[in-house]
Amino acid sequence: MITAPAVPEGEQQTLPIASNDDVVRARQLVRTLAQQCKLSLVDQTKLVTAASELARNTLVHGNGGTMRVGLVDKGGRRGVSAVFQDTGPGIPDLELALTDGWTSGGGMGLGLSGARRLTDEFAIDTEVGRGTVVTVVKWTR
Amino acid sequence: MAERQESERLVKLLSQQGDVLVGRWIEGVSHTLRGRLSVLELDRELRELYSALVEGLRAGGPDWRGEGWSEVRALLTELSRNRARQGFSPTETATAVFALKELLVPDTDTSQQDFAAYLELNRLVDALGLFTVETYSKTREEIIGAQAEQLLELSTPVVKLWDGVVAVPLVGTLDSARTQVVMEKLLQTLVDTGSEQAIIDITGVPAVDTEVAQHLLKTVVAARLMGAECTISGIRPQIAQTIVALGIQFGDIVTKATLADALKHALRRIGTSPEAAAATVRGAR
Repeated sequence: MITAPAVPEGEQQTLPIASNDDVVRARQLVRTLAQQCKLSLVDQTKLVTAASELARNTLVHGNGGTMRVGLVDKGGRRGVSAVFQDTGPGIPDLELALTDGWTSGGGMGLGLSGARRLTDEFAIDTEVGRGTVVTVVKWTR
Repeated sequence: MAERQESERLVKLLSQQGDVLVGRWIEGVSHTLRGRLSVLELDRELRELYSALVEGLRAGGPDWRGEGWSEVRALLTELSRNRARQGFSPTETATAVFALKELLVPDTDTSQQDFAAYLELNRLVDALGLFTVETYSKTREEIIGAQAEQLLELSTPVVKLWDGVVAVPLVGTLDSARTQVVMEKLLQTLVDTGSEQAIIDITGVPAVDTEVAQHLLKTVVAARLMGAECTISGIRPQIAQTIVALGIQFGDIVTKATLADALKHALRRIGTSPEAAAATVRGAR
């Protein structure tokens, strides 16, 4: 579960995800924040890659949505949080969706499960017909 | 009919002191552009526009979409296109048109008739200003589209490294459209040069996610089907760790850290020892 405090309003940036270009923009925004937060190069790359997967999921499976990103703080540790929200069809079988290699489309089936391994905190809230919210946090080491 | 009268009155007002008004207009606009456009150029542009505007009012009345206004529209299109290309902001571009309003500001002595004419001018200037901004943004979109296309071409050169060895250095974001271009170019170059070794260098790719990996794998498989061997090089430490965490399997595809390693490997595979190749290069110098 996510234990990070809610990102203070105002320090959050929201980006619509409606096209492939937006996935690129999401990646660049997350990279900028990860650099600001002074994440190591490996952690930056991991977070950016996870954001890329989740943004593409939002676009392809959720029919578009938004990404909210911001810096978070927990007991002196800093981190970057990213929330991907869509109002798409939702995920009927979450366990199956998180299985390596299972895909509902033509992908590799590693995006969602991979994003969970690439980040420190990973929470998913989904309901069929209502949409999906995925929250990830990467902390500095 | 009333509108017609207002147009006629406006023509009269605008031509009465035409030179003074144009002068004030040019001065006002040149302030906002802060000398980034030569005064001479601006002078010519606005004078032409001013006379076209008066002519448009005289011939076409208040309907700026009509036949009589085609000259004004053409001039405005040219103006906003030029501004967009020269990197002026939309505000700076539209201000040139909106500044026209300042010329006939009514005061307490203004007659009812002139006041109506001023409102008419206001309405026209608003419409023309919006037209200018629209043309401006259309031009910008065209520029962006052209640049995107140029990038697509730019970023996918296939280079011949040695007899029988070709390489594609990939730079930037790898999406479906670009992968298609890369794949086509690589496969065609394999045929044209009769090469059996292909190197795909991803040093310039900032992040390798599952989509990029899938595109890479497809390209490698396609090259294999044509009898060529593919090596992926330029896998930096952070990319390697990310690929492992994502769970992507590259299977039996040869991967190398640097392009130099990949070239050494390719030379060995075609039966040329890297040392002999180096000697050839030295001999050629």
